[in-house]
Amino acid sequence: MPVTCKEDKRQLTALVAGELDHHQAKAVMAELNRRIDLAQPRQLTLDLSGLTFTDSSGIAVLLRAHRRMGQVQGVMRVVNTPAQAEKVFKAAGLEKIIKFE
Amino acid sequence: MKIENQVTLEFPSRSANEGFARTAAACFAAQLDPTLEEVNDIKTAISEAVTNAIVHAYPDTLGKVVLKLRIREGHVLEIVVKDWGVGIADVEQARTPLFTTGNEERSGMGFTIMESFMDTLKVRSAPGRGTTVTMARKISRRAGR
Repeated sequence: MPVTCKEDKRQLTALVAGELDHHQAKAVMAELNRRIDLAQPRQLTLDLSGLTFTDSSGIAVLLRAHRRMGQVQGVMRVVNTPAQAEKVFKAAGLEKIIKFE
Repeated sequence: MKIENQVTLEFPSRSANEGFARTAAACFAAQLDPTLEEVNDIKTAISEAVTNAIVHAYPDTLGKVVLKLRIREGHVLEIVVKDWGVGIADVEQARTPLFTTGNEERSGMGFTIMESFMDTLKVRSAPGRGTTVTMARKISRRAGR
């Protein structure tokens, strides 16, 4: 699984690793949705330090997770975004919607 | 512009080939000695074009995708992604940011990414006859070579 989650006191941290393309996105989205629904977290931290590649599939994953967190009245932040992913997200103007730290 | 080197890859529209296509393209582009950022831009644009062919051109079936890579005079990498799938009725609409006919896994940003990461992007398509995406990127010549 390219995403590993850990939860503590309604703080969910998801470590996304490897290449996040259309081939992988579906599994990552499903796992994130499942963990958000189970934990009902106040905050989701997406840690992208292990992400070696992404394309616009990654944009869809982030937007979906952000929307899901809104549905459970939680917030999402994205940390350790590698340069390649940052360029893709910037081209889509994602920083206007999602909090990158 | 004269073609200095070229390679053609043909594969079925299986999503596992997305990774193969962009990695193969990065290997071919290596002879132009691109920077890491240039390699990543090329991989990203190819991933978008090949994913479009896999997701949209052949929605319910497997079909043929061809990736042509050419090195043109002037240190230019040209990329052609061709399919024989359903085609695009309105190319202008398809290139609009956030427009997608895909499901919620798609962001509708594929063509926007290709446009911003490549120097040129041309899309030729006709319903029922497939789509050809042609992109080019000039690779910088680094000092000391």
